Amino acid sequence: MHLKYESTLREPLVDGVKDYHQVTEDIISPIEAKPGKLWYVGFFISLALLGFGAFSVFWQIYFGVGVWNLNKTIGWGWDITNFVWWVGIGHAGTLISAILLLFRQGWRTGVNRAAEAMTIFAVMCAGQFPIIHMGRVWMAFFILPYPNTRGPVWVNFNSPLLWDVFAISTYFTVSLLFWYSGLLPDFATIRDRAKTKLRKLLYGVASFGWTGSTKHWQRHEALSLVLAGLSTPLVLSVHTIVSFDFATSVIPGWHTTIFPPYFVAGAIFSGFAMVNTLLIITRKILNLEEYITVGHMEAMNKVIVLTGSVVGCAYLTELFMAWYGANPYEFDTFFKYRAAGPLGWSYWIMMTCNVISPQIFWFRKMRRSVAVTFFMSIIVNIGMWFERFVIICTSLYRDYLPSSWSYYRPSWPEVGFYMGTFGLFFTCYFLFAKYFPVIAVAEIKSILKTSGENFKEKMEVYEEQPDEKFAHDVAHAH
Amino acid sequence: MAVKNFVVGLFDDEAVLFPAVKKVRTAGYKLHDVYTPFPIHGLDHAMGLRETSLHTAGFIYGITGTTTALSFMSWVFNVDWPLNIGGKPHFPLPAFIPITFELTVLFAAVGMVMTFCYLCQLMPGVKKHIFHQRQTDDKFVMVIELTDKTNAQEVKNFLQANGAHDIEEQQAEAGWWFGRFDKDDEPYLRKVKTVNA
Repeated sequence: MHLKYESTLREPLVDGVKDYHQVTEDIISPIEAKPGKLWYVGFFISLALLGFGAFSVFWQIYFGVGVWNLNKTIGWGWDITNFVWWVGIGHAGTLISAILLLFRQGWRTGVNRAAEAMTIFAVMCAGQFPIIHMGRVWMAFFILPYPNTRGPVWVNFNSPLLWDVFAISTYFTVSLLFWYSGLLPDFATIRDRAKTKLRKLLYGVASFGWTGSTKHWQRHEALSLVLAGLSTPLVLSVHTIVSFDFATSVIPGWHTTIFPPYFVAGAIFSGFAMVNTLLIITRKILNLEEYITVGHMEAMNKVIVLTGSVVGCAYLTELFMAWYGANPYEFDTFFKYRAAGPLGWSYWIMMTCNVISPQIFWFRKMRRSVAVTFFMSIIVNIGMWFERFVIICTSLYRDYLPSSWSYYRPSWPEVGFYMGTFGLFFTCYFLFAKYFPVIAVAEIKSILKTSGENFKEKMEVYEEQPDEKFAHDVAHAH
Repeated sequence: MAVKNFVVGLFDDEAVLFPAVKKVRTAGYKLHDVYTPFPIHGLDHAMGLRETSLHTAGFIYGITGTTTALSFMSWVFNVDWPLNIGGKPHFPLPAFIPITFELTVLFAAVGMVMTFCYLCQLMPGVKKHIFHQRQTDDKFVMVIELTDKTNAQEVKNFLQANGAHDIEEQQAEAGWWFGRFDKDDEPYLRKVKTVNA
């Protein structure tokens, strides 16, 4: 009889008959086995994409930023679109690991490790876009406030672009620390059951000499809780600051106070979609269907339909304010050049993918269908990419002076750069899936006795009893 | 540190472990540590460990970040190089908030993780004695230190009576050392080797 009790009405978070050792076996043994053919195929495709991306970036650095199709009217195109898109994807990882920890959502334990890894890789991809966009990348360190010999001339602390530097680098650092501190005990688990010398050595170094001492666990819990508490406002602040890049300017379509909450909701929306994409593949290939259950996907689909609807409300509010605000430039941007005009198609792709299609998740059957979830996760990410494209390009391509109006389509180095970040992301993810425990082993063990299927079945006896009897027999039995 | 003698007992279930921990304390044995594969809530209290002060350290690191950011930006804009940026004020507090917030979080997080690693002696290359290979897998390992006043057999019987199994006596280094997990390089083992040679 376990000390904690959870109603059997709640779906189990771990299916099948498990004990602690079985959990270790299920999650660690794929790391100890040789990867399958699919892994190699996926890994080499990712490496090829990464190589093409590196070539595209080399091309741009060698010949200058002119090889991109940006022009005087459209100064931000695919690069900043991709930057915001990748940063947004990262947000779901922090939401799952931090905000759901504070809300005591048990289901996060099945998905948090992979989602945090996704955060870190997504932020790595995102950070490259503004840096490469600078043109002379070898001067990228100018964005740091370091004592220099030019005065010293400092950076402008009033600029949202500088806030971004601090926000993204802090976000990356804190996410990495949070992720790695959670990995220490699991690396120790791999180390202690390792059969080969090399694995024992490497995971021994990676585990920092973790032993599982109670005092260390007590500090570890305190650390996780405070890091979760810090990451929660941090994740909200990061996309808020990204939205300030636009909102503090005076471009019609950008200059609105709705941007911070709207961007944060959109970030969580696209991030959860990406978590679904990754985990549906991961659970299949690594046989982890009992840990990443349909219930987990349903929970994420609920978040997707909620945040998708929040984003939808924001789109409608923007349209309303463009009309109600009686600013002719604002009105024209929204009604003539965004929802209509040469780039109007991108607006309607965005609307269809982000607002209309996620409404399918109001139906339980759809939320619990793996195929629908996978399909929708891709659709949502396409939609969210177009949201950023719409915000950036449809505001820029028709500016105040009709003679400078322009149109924009990317050149091959821009597309190649974007594909390259996919290569980087998936190369990292494949390595992670092979060498790291994709599910937090220790955390699953800590919820196993309350939320594991075979343990929940034992509780059915108590469910039949009246409350008083349960309280008398179990809760107060010391 | 020092090489000490221990009695090690394994538990399969945390529900058996808890009463055993309480009895060790009432019996007056020196409980070295309990190693568990995952955090067990309340075990620290059952063992009589004091609350960690890591939160307080985190708070101090956080306010250090806040003051660093605010004072540095104000010093740059007002003292070191007062630049007129479109006639904006030299102390624009609202514009300083984002960076101040980010540095608060950064200092708190980095400081806390470093303090955590320092307190728990965690570092790449650090090694400690692992009392049982499955203490990070599925077993709860209770380690009782043998002092001059304790009888090893008595402790073994005590653990047996309280639900432990695979009880054994071990001589081990109680602290940490720089070593590799693929080698038996405990400091006292090295000493034994040189004596034999």
